[in-house]
Amino acid sequence: MAKTILTVDDSRTMRDMLKLALSDAGHIVIQADDGLHGVEALEGAGLVDVIITDINMPRMDGYGFIEHVRHRSLNRMTPILVLTTESEPAKKLRARDAGATGWIVKPFDPDKLLAAIRRVSP
Amino acid sequence: MDPMEAIKQTYFQECDELLLAMEEGLIAMEDGVTDGEVINAVFRAVHSIKGGGGAFGFEILVGFAHIFETVLDHVRSGKLSPSGDAVKVLLRAGDKLSDHVAAARNGGGEVQDGDVKDELSMLCGESPDDAAPADMEGIVFTPIHVAIDDEPAALADSWKIRFAPRPALYAKANEPFLIVRELARLGTVEVCADLSAIPDLAAIEPDQAYLAWDIALRGCNDRAKIEEVFEFVADDCELDICEDASSAALEIVTLTPSPELQPAGPTPAESPPGEKKTAGASQAPAEAAAKQTIRVDLDKVDRLVNLVGELVITQAMLTQRVMECGQARSSTVGAGLNELEHLLRELQEGVMAIRTQPVKSVFQRMPRLARELAAQTNKQVHLVLEGEATEVDKTVIERLGEPLTHMIRNAIDHGLETPEAREAAGKSAEGTVTLRAEHRGGRIVIEVSDDGRGIDRARVRAKAVEKGLIAPSASLSDEEVDNLIFLPGFSTANQVSNISGRGVGLDVVRRNIVDLGGRIVIGSTAGKGSRFSLTLPLTLAVLDGMIVAVGDQTYVLPLSHIVESLLPKASDIRPLGSNGMLLNVRGGYVPLVSVGDLLGVEGALKDLSAGVVILVESEGVGRMALAFDAIVGQRQVVIKSFESNFRHIGGIAAATILGDGRVALILDIDGLVARCRDTAANHSNKLQQAIGA
Repeated sequence: MAKTILTVDDSRTMRDMLKLALSDAGHIVIQADDGLHGVEALEGAGLVDVIITDINMPRMDGYGFIEHVRHRSLNRMTPILVLTTESEPAKKLRARDAGATGWIVKPFDPDKLLAAIRRVSP
Repeated sequence: MDPMEAIKQTYFQECDELLLAMEEGLIAMEDGVTDGEVINAVFRAVHSIKGGGGAFGFEILVGFAHIFETVLDHVRSGKLSPSGDAVKVLLRAGDKLSDHVAAARNGGGEVQDGDVKDELSMLCGESPDDAAPADMEGIVFTPIHVAIDDEPAALADSWKIRFAPRPALYAKANEPFLIVRELARLGTVEVCADLSAIPDLAAIEPDQAYLAWDIALRGCNDRAKIEEVFEFVADDCELDICEDASSAALEIVTLTPSPELQPAGPTPAESPPGEKKTAGASQAPAEAAAKQTIRVDLDKVDRLVNLVGELVITQAMLTQRVMECGQARSSTVGAGLNELEHLLRELQEGVMAIRTQPVKSVFQRMPRLARELAAQTNKQVHLVLEGEATEVDKTVIERLGEPLTHMIRNAIDHGLETPEAREAAGKSAEGTVTLRAEHRGGRIVIEVSDDGRGIDRARVRAKAVEKGLIAPSASLSDEEVDNLIFLPGFSTANQVSNISGRGVGLDVVRRNIVDLGGRIVIGSTAGKGSRFSLTLPLTLAVLDGMIVAVGDQTYVLPLSHIVESLLPKASDIRPLGSNGMLLNVRGGYVPLVSVGDLLGVEGALKDLSAGVVILVESEGVGRMALAFDAIVGQRQVVIKSFESNFRHIGGIAAATILGDGRVALILDIDGLVARCRDTAANHSNKLQQAIGA
């Protein structure tokens, strides 16, 4: 089933790779460059099926973005996957505390990415 | 192109930007800025380079970036203070990282990390050897194929799983149904819901969790696989996974995953109280907000620039036609045309501005160069950059890098003295090189100045005499002596260094600048330093030209090549050989060429003394006098390429359309000279043949 997925990452490379992997799987991808842009994109897009976000970003980082989505938006029940190279437990924990649903460790393998999406979204 | 290949291109483009941002941040840190956002930006840049690099399997790059990132993380968290020495290591690491990126881009090639990697490891408090295992992060695990069939291995393949979500699981938008569905991919699943905790309807809180499940899984012999399914929720539920030796049947419900099945979890309508943290708390300062930009194919912009150019010409034609019809400037039509002209000018400026970029992208490369040169020459150099935000056409920027690099090299290698010599001369041991850009009168001026020893005129002169570039008796002004260093053949080759003496002299710098329609001027004071000023046009799409007439033709001469214009007397024109002519210019002789003859224009003046002569300077032959019938005026013209629309013609650089709609050719001085020589050679050949016969 085609899902609408918002990807938030300040790296163009990562955005492009996500878009490639997700579009190949038939999903619709909305892209944002940082947390603040992500918030704006959500306001424009309404409900999305899954959100994938980076942690380290300018303007508003991933934690701030997740908290915003969880507490102030229409998408408070939307699954959020954190995409980051940080595999340290502290970072993961902080993202979880902010309300992240799951995580993907970069560099990701498209199959693992799709498996993670399947695990959080019908 | 293969999509991954395209993304790889994007990655390298992005790396260039990230490396610039990193360098900028590191330089700010070197200047003592300890602002969190600056350090963060550097961290993010290195982090993104590492992240993308991992995706393309640039393991060496990722390994280096990882250590670098670890150190930056220490700086970011305050564990490591960015002191002078630490920042120097970071700067060197930044340079090294660019090398790694370049090596990855060019497909391999070893980069010697040398001491930098060790120094980084020291900074993050690891001994260099300890650092190696850290590179293991980011390795993608190879998925192991698990057979889900009915031939269970000897290993346990039956599991009893107790899964009782806590409210936090739902708050994070996890969904038990999906987890059970994942389990069903591993084998046969039998699920029994435990409804015992559900209170009376009135007591149900929407954001609490009341359901638990007992799941029997068969056909999976890998515990890790099962744990992976619960990876996201393990901390937010009671979970008990144990081998089921008895395979005793539970009170069984067979679950067939179907989309109609409603999510089992309660939906919190309101987030739990006490969790209402403000999102702003972790929001980075807004001052770091990047300008919104879009990427546009350069061809599209150029098409726009061309169109606007055409529009301006059409407007000029229209105005002229309307005036010819006897409409006054003050008439309503005239007023409308005035308004149109005004708007078009703004439109033209706006469109031209799209192609402009700050010179920063070129300037940013210079600090590294200065650091490397300082290390190679054992000099202390402080490079000051000013006016990095000055904007100029992209093409100009692209072609500015090489001359600037050369001039900075020149300033550090030849301009600055050694620290000892500087102190002996009463200056600070550290020499300053300033790179400054500014707009001045519709052009951009870039200055490279140093506070070194200045040009040693006696030595320059002696060398020029030695190389036979000037006569020993020549009397030259200081300025003329300074300009000798731009002569081809005035090589710096007897310098032992491998820095400036790369076989490329300042003559090449000057040629590059002149090709861009610019000029270069030197000022120097012995003992105080030298200053090179480059003056360049803001764009290459328009050109300042002198409009000249020959017979019924109109030509445009690039203003940057013109030295002066003269009204020659008949007595100043002297014949040379059978066909050549010389012009006496204040006692000196320059070759004189009639453009009408050279280009075969009909109706050109035969008597050159009745026309005008324009003295031009070209890199190839030095000065030369071109004879025309008359000067029409001076104006900016929009350049229309000849090559892309027709073909290359010697002596003609391009074409333009004048206000009256006529096409005028823009003369290429060097090409004209070459053409002139060919003609002369033909003549002398014919002459020789005639004599031989």
